[in-house]
Parts: sequence; structure tokens; C-alpha cells
Amino acid sequence: MNKNKYLVVYTKFLYTSLASELEYKTNIIIDAITAILSLVGSIFLLSIFFQNTGNIGGWKFEQALIIQGIYTVLNGITNTWFNPNLREIVRHVREGTLDFVLLKPVDSQFFISLKKISPSGFLEIILGVCLLFYCIKINQIKLSLNFLILCLITITCSICILYSLWFFISTTTIWFVKTWNATEVLRSLLYIGRFPMSSFSFSLRLFFSIIIPIAFITTIPSEVFLGFAQIWKVILEIFITLIFLITSRRFWLFALKYYSSASS
Amino acid sequence: MVENIIEVERLSKSFNISSKDPGLRGTLKHFFNRETKSVKVIKNINFQIKEGEIIGFLGANGAGKTTILKMLCGLIVPSEGSISVSGCLPYRRREGFLKNITLIMGQKQQLIWDLPPIESFYLNASIYDIDKFEAKRRIKKLSDMLEIEDELYIPVRKLSLGQRMKSELLAALIHKPKILFLDEPTLGLDINAQRNLREFLKAYNNENNATICLTSHYMKDITSLCKRVICVHNGSISYDGKLEKLLKKLSPVKEVLIVCSSEKDANKLDNSGFKVKSKVKNEITLKIENRNVSSSLRTILNNYDIEDLFINEPPIDEIIEKILVKKKYTF
Repeated sequence: MNKNKYLVVYTKFLYTSLASELEYKTNIIIDAITAILSLVGSIFLLSIFFQNTGNIGGWKFEQALIIQGIYTVLNGITNTWFNPNLREIVRHVREGTLDFVLLKPVDSQFFISLKKISPSGFLEIILGVCLLFYCIKINQIKLSLNFLILCLITITCSICILYSLWFFISTTTIWFVKTWNATEVLRSLLYIGRFPMSSFSFSLRLFFSIIIPIAFITTIPSEVFLGFAQIWKVILEIFITLIFLITSRRFWLFALKYYSSASS
Repeated sequence: MVENIIEVERLSKSFNISSKDPGLRGTLKHFFNRETKSVKVIKNINFQIKEGEIIGFLGANGAGKTTILKMLCGLIVPSEGSISVSGCLPYRRREGFLKNITLIMGQKQQLIWDLPPIESFYLNASIYDIDKFEAKRRIKKLSDMLEIEDELYIPVRKLSLGQRMKSELLAALIHKPKILFLDEPTLGLDINAQRNLREFLKAYNNENNATICLTSHYMKDITSLCKRVICVHNGSISYDGKLEKLLKKLSPVKEVLIVCSSEKDANKLDNSGFKVKSKVKNEITLKIENRNVSSSLRTILNNYDIEDLFINEPPIDEIIEKILVKKKYTF
């Protein structure tokens, strides 16, 4: 793989999709307002839960706010990259335009996952990062190089797990053609990731750790933030991430053998 | 001696296709217990194509032309048989192979809808490892040939269908492919745009010695571009040879629509011994054998009072249906 070429192509992707989005100014403003209102609404909801109790599942409001911050960053990444690209897979398969992707001399997964970008998600990422900095302050977390590296590793892992899950579901489109609903179910489940895993019952915790790894997406990075994540959890998260990335990649290559293209 | 650039041997393709009975009962049955059956859409076909040839694939809708093109360019994996395109197995889609081919589909587009086509061209150039200066040179040359210099900077959504199709062609040819797969490239275009596109393809073929595999339902595309055609019927090849020979068999007549000055003239023409296809008031459509067209028209113009006339080739679908499907002719 020629890394320079991929860098050049990705720069072009960034430029063309930003230029496309900037054609519609009002849409960007509406998306930005939605992102702000969504964050305010989520914090308000969280504060209602904590109104009559000091902690939920062992987490104080200030600590739970970290999960909200990570969720907002992930949601921003979802809206910036995953949503505009991975939702397109369904359209590509239904309309047969996946043909153009497959005939380009670049990796089809790279092309289909990164072709578009939605700048409105940037605001969510910025808001999420600001919230995390605020949480560092109110939780009196000491910043150190180790802390930053661990945070970066776990958040990167979260992004990769989320991407793999989404990509895996979108890939099934090659057989089932229309799978909008499945990705919507995944998005709905991610809302659960705004709350600490320990606030759920044992069976639900098991479900959200093994079947749909919400626990690995938000809770473990939050624990790293608060300094009470054991190292084995971080190693486990890296391991789980690799499994998800490899599986989704192999599944895509396997599915392409069954691609029958749409009729003309 | 010119080398074969495409070789196809005993190629077959089957698809699992589900069918649904009409009505609510059929819908529920289809939802809970979907019945699929394997349908062989391409059946044991063989052919070779030489470098620089322009080949037309003819056949009715659903005959299997597009499936063959998609197997040739590597989008669909064959069920049986072998394909070699430019010495490669297409379905492996290796980088070297993909840089050598292109696929253009008249009904699908790859240009970025909200941006001017030039942005899509530069994006494609980066995908094909073409540097900016070379890309600029190729865009200039191809846009000159296609006469779309002025449209390069207008958003795709504001372009007419013809301008969009020309831009699609430019986007698909920026990497100078040696093999072009064209699936109904002139679909929906007006006559001028169709002619321009055909002239461009001819010029591209001449200049680059490119091999072109083309499907089209417009007889004119085939007659003006292809010397050789492959007729596909129900997934099998029913004819592979010179177009000239095929046309003599498939289209021995032309349809001439004559608008007479009055219904009386049309009635007179109706009884004059010409083969009449249809007649509505003062308009009459005659079927005239190709070799008699000029003499018959002379007779009509000299003896009847006519307002207008149009000469039409019978639609290729109609010919295919009447002749290939009913198997009146054997080749």
C-alpha cells in the first residue's frame, strides 16, 4: 500500500466533501444548533437522574459527566465520518454505484469509509473535548503524559470498535440490500453508553460488554479518565479492538465475493 | 498479428433470485418463507476480443449483456469458466488491472453532485496516481475533444444530461484506460449529444488503440462504432461476427413515416402496393426493403402529395424480439 498516495487521496476526499457541504450554509447552521441543543439536553437529563441521589452505580454526577463528554466526542466522530459514509454503503449497493468504488485502484474499504465528511460533527467533537477539559477540572484530575497516552489509546479503541460494528452491519447490505434499521438500532444502543455500565443489572452489563460492547466504547475510557481503570481492562480493550477491526475487514472482503451489483 | 486482449471460455453465471406471488398472502409468504431459486443467467459462452476492437453486445433487456460486461471488468465473480482480460483475472481486481480499464454506465453517475466536474476529475487523478500537471494536461485534451471546456466549472447538478454524460466520460477516461466497458452510454441523450459521444469514442479508439466493449439499445451507436457484434439471447451467444452480415439478416427493412397532405393521399398510398405497417389519418408508415429505399422514395415523392417524411431504423429491441427470440433466423 502506497501511504503517500492514500494521504493525497484522503486530502482530496476532505477537500471535496467540505466543499460540497459548504454549498449549503443553512444546513450547516441547523446541524450546529442541533449539536448544541443535543448536548444541553443530555446534560439536563443526566442532572435529573442525579437530583435525588448522590451517585448512580457508584458514579457521582461530575464523574458521569466524563462519560457524557466521551459520548459527545464519539457522537461527533459518528456524525462527521461514520454517518455520511457508512450509511452510503446501503445506497451504493441498492443503486449499484458500488461498482464505481470497486473499480478504483484504491482499497474499497478505505474509499467507502472515508470519502465523505460532515463538518457539522466537528462542533460536537469540540464541545465534547471542552466538556472533558471541564470534567478534568471539576474532578481535580492530574494531567500527566501516561494519563494522556492512556486516554488517547482507549478513545482510539472506542472509535475503532464503533466503526467496526457499524461497518460490519453495513456490510450485510450486500446480502440483505436494505439495513438502515440495523444501523439505527446500533445508534439507539449507543445512547445507553451515556450512562455508567455499573448502573445496569448484571445481565444487561454482560450484554453490553459481550454482544454489543458499549462498555468498551464509553465506560472504560471514562474509568481511565478518572484513574480507576485497571490496566487489564485497557489491554482487554486493545485486544477487543483488534478482533473487531480484523473481523469487520475480513467480513467485507468475504461479502464482496457475493456482490452481484444492481441491474442496469 | 494483433493479440487477443480478452479471452472468455465456457463462462457461466448463476444468481439466486427470489420471486413473490401477488397480494397480501404472497407478500406475507415472501416475508416469512422466501423462496429462492438459482437462475443461470449466462450459459457457457466463449469469445475472444482483439486489442483495439470495438465490440457491440446486442440483446433484449435481461439477455445478460450487462452481466457479461460486469464479469469482464471484475465486478461479478463467474460461477464457472474462465476470463482473461489483459492477461489478468478480472475478479481479483488487482491495481494494475484496474488502472487499465474503465466502466461507464449511462444510467449511473460517479461525479460529485454538488461540485463542478473538474473537482471529480482531480479526485480521480489522485486515485490513479496522476500528478497535477499531467492531470491538467489530460483534462484539457479530453475536454477539448468532448467540447465541455465551459462546463468544467459549473456544479454537476446544474448541467444538462448530455453535458453530465460527457463529464462522466472524462472522469472515467482520465487515467487513459486501454479497455473501455460502456453500458448504454447514450441512454437518454438527445441526437446531437449521442452523435458527439460516438465521434468522441471513435477518436479515442483511433488515438489510443483502445478496446471498447459496448452495449446499447440505440442501433445508431452500434452501426457507427462497431464492426463486430456479439448477440446475447437468454444468456447464450446466438451470433458473434460482422455487423454488416447481421444487419442484412436482422434489419432488411426501414420504416418510413410519411405525412401526406390529406387523408385521401394516404389512402391512395395505402393501396399502392407498398407494405404498410400502420396508418393513422394522413400519416402512414411503410416498410421498405433497404435496397429499395431510394427508388421507392423517388416514386413516392414524384407521385404523391406529401408534407413530410421520416426514415427510421426499427428499434433494436423490436428486431431482437422478432428475429432472435422467435429464432426465425439461424446464423
